Amino acid sequence: MMNDDAMNEIVQEFLVETNENLDQLDQDLVALESNPRSRELLGSIFRTIHTVKGTTGFLGFGRLEKISHAAESLLSELRDGKLDLTGPRTDVLLEVVDVIRVLLSTIEQTGTDGEGDLSELISRIELLQQPDADAGAAPAAEAAPEVAAAPKAAAPKAATAKAAAPKAATAKAGRTQKASSAPAVVADEPPVSTALVDLGSDVAGSATASSNTASSGEGDDVALVHTSGSVSVSGLDDEADDRESDDEIAAEVAIAEADEANDDEPGDDVEDESDDIVVASPAAKAPAGVTQATAVAKASPIVVDVPDAPPADGHRLAAERSVRVDVDLLDSMMSQVGELVLARNQVSAHVDMLDNQPLHQTVQRLSMIVSELQEGVMKTRMQAVEQLWSKLPRVVRDLAAQFSKRVALEMEGGETELDRSLLEAVKDPLTHLVRNAIDHAIEMPADRVAAGKPETGTLMLRAFHEGGQVVLEVADDGAGIDPVKIGDIALERGVVSQMELDSMSEREIVDLIFRPGFSTAKTVTNVSGRGVGMDVVRTNVERIGGTVDLSSTPGIGTTFRIKIPLTLAIMPALLIGCRGERYAIPQTNLLEMVQLRTEEGHSDIERIGGALVYRLRGKLLPLVRLDETLGFAPLETEEQHDAVSIVVLQADGLLLGVAVDDVIGTEEIVVKPLGQHVKQVPLFAGATILGDGSVALILDVIGVAATAKVEEVAASLGLGADSLDDPRRGERSTFVLLRVGEDRRVAVPLKAVSRLEEAPIDSVEQAGTGHVMQYRGDLLPLVSLATFLDGTVGFGTSAGEEGPASVPVVVYSDGERNLGLVASEILDIVEGIFEISTVGAARGILGSTVVHGHVTDVLDVEAAFNLSMKEVGNVH
Amino acid sequence: MSTEPSGLSREPAVQYCTFKVDHLLIGIEVWRVQEVIRHQPMTPVPLAAKEVRGLINLRGQIVTAIDMRIWLGLAPRTDGVLPMNAVMRLHDEAVSLLVDEAGEVVEPPLSTYEPVPSTASDQIRALFSGTYKLDDALLLVLDTESVTRITGDHNSSTSGTGARRS
Repeated sequence: MMNDDAMNEIVQEFLVETNENLDQLDQDLVALESNPRSRELLGSIFRTIHTVKGTTGFLGFGRLEKISHAAESLLSELRDGKLDLTGPRTDVLLEVVDVIRVLLSTIEQTGTDGEGDLSELISRIELLQQPDADAGAAPAAEAAPEVAAAPKAAAPKAATAKAAAPKAATAKAGRTQKASSAPAVVADEPPVSTALVDLGSDVAGSATASSNTASSGEGDDVALVHTSGSVSVSGLDDEADDRESDDEIAAEVAIAEADEANDDEPGDDVEDESDDIVVASPAAKAPAGVTQATAVAKASPIVVDVPDAPPADGHRLAAERSVRVDVDLLDSMMSQVGELVLARNQVSAHVDMLDNQPLHQTVQRLSMIVSELQEGVMKTRMQAVEQLWSKLPRVVRDLAAQFSKRVALEMEGGETELDRSLLEAVKDPLTHLVRNAIDHAIEMPADRVAAGKPETGTLMLRAFHEGGQVVLEVADDGAGIDPVKIGDIALERGVVSQMELDSMSEREIVDLIFRPGFSTAKTVTNVSGRGVGMDVVRTNVERIGGTVDLSSTPGIGTTFRIKIPLTLAIMPALLIGCRGERYAIPQTNLLEMVQLRTEEGHSDIERIGGALVYRLRGKLLPLVRLDETLGFAPLETEEQHDAVSIVVLQADGLLLGVAVDDVIGTEEIVVKPLGQHVKQVPLFAGATILGDGSVALILDVIGVAATAKVEEVAASLGLGADSLDDPRRGERSTFVLLRVGEDRRVAVPLKAVSRLEEAPIDSVEQAGTGHVMQYRGDLLPLVSLATFLDGTVGFGTSAGEEGPASVPVVVYSDGERNLGLVASEILDIVEGIFEISTVGAARGILGSTVVHGHVTDVLDVEAAFNLSMKEVGNVH
Repeated sequence: MSTEPSGLSREPAVQYCTFKVDHLLIGIEVWRVQEVIRHQPMTPVPLAAKEVRGLINLRGQIVTAIDMRIWLGLAPRTDGVLPMNAVMRLHDEAVSLLVDEAGEVVEPPLSTYEPVPSTASDQIRALFSGTYKLDDALLLVLDTESVTRITGDHNSSTSGTGARRS
């Protein structure tokens, strides 16, 4: 006798599992409609119901047991081929699924499966178990439509037409149906022999056969008998009784073996476990009324190596490969790892300031481990978008029926992954968009035909990654959205005034559908006409940091696009300084960085129509001063810095340059949410804790652009998002390649190099906190790259090395200032097109590139000049 | 602490943490106060409401700090002493109130409770839900909900514009 807790746990597990299975059932049933004789689907459905029935009996849920028993009987007949899957039967099965859901919910809330009478439903099920009136001779095999990927949600009234064809299936010895693109070959098998039924083994005959068997043509009876790892194919001839019995026995034996090997409940071997190919039964006893079958492959058994069967669309992945974990546990792990990243950053920051090599290395290793751990934990939170789509085939089917429309659902990119919390948040908006498309967008079949469109509308769902975001598209080929109509309705509903409407672009007018209080439904349906739909969609998506847009062509169709950030919690960012405080910019928004000396760069910053723009490689970029955007008063000209750093950012199709005081470096940051008071400021997307424990705000690039009214500037200048060439595509340039320290490579643009010298070490003198040397009658300030970049002590040497007699110096000159960069060795002068990645950007480094197969840092010469100024002052 | 009925009242008295802000004594129910810590380095938030002095790092959590003097429209402190952080919980969020000093925990008898007088300024009436007449001071009970009403909107009466009239 089990105690309450254990019982409770069992019930909980039962609820969780069964609910999952119900979703799968929905999908399977809808897929089955397009593929009514799929033994695989039928078998899978049967088994699920069978399991439910078994467990409910044990747990004492009587009503649930009764209903699942009734469904199981019906399914048994269907699976055995004795009945055809007709529209009414599909409907009743779907109804059973819904009822079971309700019962499960009752169990969850009250602990029992409730009261109430299910006998009406049960008797309807039983009624549908009567054989169809016109079961009879066999017409030709019906070509299998596309499996799973595009189930047709046809109106149930098509039952008769569909029933006529599959009828024959009951009577025949079976025919092989090929699903053309699905990985599974569906072999429609003759009914199971009684022996096999006793074994309880399943008959669903699907397997990924090798091309031999697959190409044996439609209508072949192919039996695939599986023993671990290989498949023997025996052709069947249902007239050869002796042969039959041999095969039958062989099959039984094989199945028995397979079952034992699996140690599963017999009948489970249809699960898409990759090393278990599904078993089909051989011809065995043909039922009464078998008529001439189609051609039969008479090949003698051949052993074929069957590759691992990938799961058919929509089916579960192998049970052994996954583990069920409580999501709270995952969430807590996630936040712990977030804290770990922060602590790691803090340790790194402190250690960087120490001169302890072994400690450095240990911290490096720690850092790597933390990064990998973080990656791993992030992955656990990622779920495929398919999860989101799982309910939709059913929803589409039901809605299409409800509105008397014909809709085909297509889904592409379901394997795209997304953080599970975001998945949750986007579920409702997505469902609403789908409902909306079927209700409003897709026209009635007659209207579509009149418009020259196919009668069945297409609803296409796509998911893909783009620019650090996940994009979910809901596209239909319906009537499209007419700005004129929208404008009228908006006026009517008082959403806008005539004056506002007149000043709007078409794009803005169409966007009005997202306003609260807007609905184009003439009669408010209970599905999506309440006028609360679209604005809620947008709010929900924006709440998680995403955006919703649409594009539409009247008469052709509409596409809604939901974009969501890929990761929520931890991301790489660029730290910049502005008026003494630090801010973080998400790296996904960062395109490139430009350093300008204000005199030299003067001509590149222009004012057009009162707005600042920057000419980047010949193209105009709207420019924004971050300090002014943050509300600081502009500096007096004397106070302005000599050099200006501009970060080129992109957000949602907009490009803008932001002028900041300094570029500090890249860092992985943990995004923390903002309190309500700070949330009000549109400029900030979150906050983080830096390595030194201080708080830094994360800029919301879209917010910055909006506050600075960049979009208007861009529009008035006629700039589009694609007006900038990809900055990462390198330009032809020449670098001096240097070795700094032991093995670090640094590249310095040749442009302003005046000479390459080898200077004797004793010509180096100290001046201020820096160094200079006598050079051509003047004093040349020197910067040791080893010290500047690596922090190694000792002029031009790595710690511990004996100083060389002379050091290589790259003399820089821009006409006014001179600077000598001291390296360990001048390696080469290289010319070519180098793509500079900003990933390695840090103090003194603009970025990194690859030269001669080595990762090479590109020196920020300006920063070197600044350092020298600080150390040595203005030296003549 | 058990209740000490005074007069006919048998309801338990409420405990308050007390804080000094300028000449005012402010009380917040004990259970709302998460902790009181010394001044922390703050990161300013440009363009936020003027009462928002900045963000502090509280054991890894980022907490908004609200300056009570600014909120109440009082002059800034002149003695150079840094304010303390009174961290309270509000709707799943921690918010810190910058106060001059932390006082004791008191449990004033209910009989001494009075609503905020109508002669008080709009500001006082917006922030405080009632008063207790203590032996040597008047305890103003903070209406914590008013913290949520701090916005960057300069027309709002909770942003300190009405204070001068008291």
